Amino acid sequence: MKRWLLRRLAQAGITLAIAMVLLFVLMRLAPGDPLSRLGENRPLSPAETEALRVRYGLDQPLLAQFGVFLRGAARGDLGTSIEYGRPVSALVRERLPATILLGGAVLLLNFTIGIWLGVRQAVRRDSVLDRWLTTVSLAGYAMPSFWLGLVLAWLVGVKWRLLPAAGMQDPLLGPDADWGARGADVLRHLVLPALTLSIVSIAATMRYQRTAMLEALALPYVTTARAKGVRESLVRWRHAWRNALFPVLTLFGLWLPVLVTGSVFVESVFAWPGLGSLAAGAVGYRDYPLLMGTSLLISALVVAASLLTDLAYAFLDPRVRLS
Amino acid sequence: MTRVLDVENLRVSFPDAGGRRFYPVDGVSFRLDRGKTLAIVGESGCGKSLTSLALLRLIPPPGRIDEGSRIRLEDTDLLALKSEDLRQVRGRRIGMIFQDPMTSLNPVFTVGNQIAEGILAHLPVSKTQARDRALQLLQEVGMPDAPARLDAYPHQLSGGMRQRVMIAIALAAEPDILVADEPTTALDVTVQAQILEVLDQLRARRGMAVLLITHDLGIVAGRADRVAVMYAGQFVEEASTSDLFALPSHPYTQGLFASVPRISGPVQRLAPIPGTVPPAAAWPSGCRFRPRCPKAFEKSHTEPPMLPVGPGHTMRCWLAEE
Amino acid sequence: MTPVGEALHRAWHTPRGRVSAGILVAIGLVGLFGPPYLPDPLAQPDILAGANLPPGPSHPFGTDQLSRDVLARVVTGARVSLAVAVLAVGLSMTLGAAVGLVAGYWGGGVDAVLMRLVDGALAVPRLFVLLLVLALWERIPVIALIVLIGATGWFGTSRLVRGEVLRLREEAYVSAAEALGARRRRIIFRHLLPNAMGPLLVAATLGVGDVILLEAGLSFLGLGVQPPAPSWGGMVFDARAVLVTAPWAGIFPGLAITLTVLAANLFGDALRDAVDARGR
Repeated sequence: MKRWLLRRLAQAGITLAIAMVLLFVLMRLAPGDPLSRLGENRPLSPAETEALRVRYGLDQPLLAQFGVFLRGAARGDLGTSIEYGRPVSALVRERLPATILLGGAVLLLNFTIGIWLGVRQAVRRDSVLDRWLTTVSLAGYAMPSFWLGLVLAWLVGVKWRLLPAAGMQDPLLGPDADWGARGADVLRHLVLPALTLSIVSIAATMRYQRTAMLEALALPYVTTARAKGVRESLVRWRHAWRNALFPVLTLFGLWLPVLVTGSVFVESVFAWPGLGSLAAGAVGYRDYPLLMGTSLLISALVVAASLLTDLAYAFLDPRVRLS
Repeated sequence: MTRVLDVENLRVSFPDAGGRRFYPVDGVSFRLDRGKTLAIVGESGCGKSLTSLALLRLIPPPGRIDEGSRIRLEDTDLLALKSEDLRQVRGRRIGMIFQDPMTSLNPVFTVGNQIAEGILAHLPVSKTQARDRALQLLQEVGMPDAPARLDAYPHQLSGGMRQRVMIAIALAAEPDILVADEPTTALDVTVQAQILEVLDQLRARRGMAVLLITHDLGIVAGRADRVAVMYAGQFVEEASTSDLFALPSHPYTQGLFASVPRISGPVQRLAPIPGTVPPAAAWPSGCRFRPRCPKAFEKSHTEPPMLPVGPGHTMRCWLAEE
Repeated sequence: MTPVGEALHRAWHTPRGRVSAGILVAIGLVGLFGPPYLPDPLAQPDILAGANLPPGPSHPFGTDQLSRDVLARVVTGARVSLAVAVLAVGLSMTLGAAVGLVAGYWGGGVDAVLMRLVDGALAVPRLFVLLLVLALWERIPVIALIVLIGATGWFGTSRLVRGEVLRLREEAYVSAAEALGARRRRIIFRHLLPNAMGPLLVAATLGVGDVILLEAGLSFLGLGVQPPAPSWGGMVFDARAVLVTAPWAGIFPGLAITLTVLAANLFGDALRDAVDARGR
């Protein structure tokens, strides 16, 4: 187990390294000049442009730039944002909690509602509920998240005025509002963006869990458990679902990139101050340090999530744990 | 002789691609007596596994047990039971051993855990008591070094050991009837004999009725009291083991015996039964063995009932009348 | 019949397969042949009086804030979305199949290096890769967009094909061919590729749905297909400003996206069942 663990960690490290190289190469190969945008509002003299070029290190050869980039990343320095003029790492740190809150809410909903519905579907295969849920989930999965967000924002936020449709906090909430009021306010703002992302992701989780559960229910050891006279609820959850969990765990590892991608759109639509909207805004400004920094961080998160999933898998399956 | 199980005209149906139902088990009747072993012998596709699953109503959907079937466990009608009562029968009155112990055991729980689960499902004992009982059962089925094996996972045991675990699980709640579906098929030849020996001793010691499902005539001799030969969803011959081996009467049974390679005696070509087993969705009309039978004649076009051949010996063949 | 033809045939003969294939074909046909029968999607006939009109007899989907006919724009947008999706996916499938075949068949060091690269590439979410490149590439021509999307979508496919190759390699007929001295290329193209085509086709169909969503998202962010050429995502973006007064300008393009992706996913599902059934 220990050897496997070390090997897996090394693998994760290599993957991350390759991701970094790819990102860097991508940035430098793309046509267009990061600095050309800056000259739009106020024309820059050649001297100023050159000074900026030196400041952002764009005059160095490619390999040297990569070296600078690597050293900086190791230190936690991801460069300076062109749009904000502040360190990228600071910006990322500021916006990360909001994304984690949103992502956490969505994952929670996925792992409770999504799993429960998927199991329900498998157990009542081909029933009215099963068919209906399948249709609904297929439709949900096909919807563009930004469009769904806008529709919900319009209906619930504007037309019916039930929930706030933008931002994370009410700007009018006084500075002396207590934690409870603040927390409740954030939660109210969280509902719509979380709902939007969840509708799309739960659709997929449900389908995946349904398939995994159907396969698990057909396994011979489930029949053995029934033949023993074990209660049906125990058969379902203790035997079948326990083993239907594995594919869903794998799904979790794959899910992070999807969640992150969705959050770019959803955060933009709802002006949720997280990493997604940060990245979306950076695009317009051609703020490549910011984009690089966020991409790097997210890649690291994806690699970490995949690693955690494998660890969980190994921990839960005695066949791996004891080898 | 105390009869514990009575099966009458058992039929199991499945829907085919077009939705019509076909019958892989088509009118099977037998009884099980305390302390005796009945063996059902047949090739794959004859419906013997489904027969055993039907006893515990474990037929996988969309299959179902047909209306006209009757299964009586002493004085209980098994087919009329509601789910909770059925659950009380499973494991507690009828225990079942499945064919492949590797896939029939849950890989994420220890074997002790899985045996204890069978106990706790029916007997009002504490977890510690269940664990002790599980250890006793492991010892009873002849598991070497039982205390150490109690906390092992299935993948850590050999095939023979896993099958012993399956037997222990089947016995956990002290059933009166043991159904063994091909208990030795997945095992090496040397281990097969050991497992059969274990089953035999348990039967004698506990006075259980045993239903042994197999495709191997060889393991039937000396182990079963009575034998039923199954073909195309029906019994085609039924007799005591000694009678069947002395006088195999149905052409299919004769074909089975003839096709067994013999170590002793002159070297001969193997004599397989010509043709192949018909698919359950398309049983032949009339006598189902007719297309492959060397003794088929005009009357074979009518489906024969079970006819007597001798005392306690019947076969499904018009030749019985000659 | 080839394995692929067989799978398609079987998928077509399910209600799910027929409906979804029908929808896709209908959308394609409308996109291809519809525009001449509809108003000019770029025309802004009457910004003052004709803007933000609700759906009615003359404008079945209403008009947007520049008085352009929404139906015409949705139909023209279909052309772009479908073309980009199909071509990009075609590129991804080709690249993925090539890499997967090489990695799976050659094995050893080649396989290890290729798969490590794929792992690294998969760690970066596709959207971010596109954002990075597109942020610097203003006014990207559609062809380049297609190549870019296609070039970022082959990693998963290569893994899939590699898996199939590894599985098929063990099949008896491959060792038989090798024993007979068949050249590697022949083995790949005659034996391995046709059998890997089934799952590849499923991945391609589902990939079309993914790319439509991706391209719409990019257009929504202002990247991708540039205005004034209509694109579904871009239309939703424009509609943001008038969401309250003219919701139809945003609703219909979104519905179009949903319907197309739904049909692609349904057909991909039906195909997957058909391919699985054959393998069993």
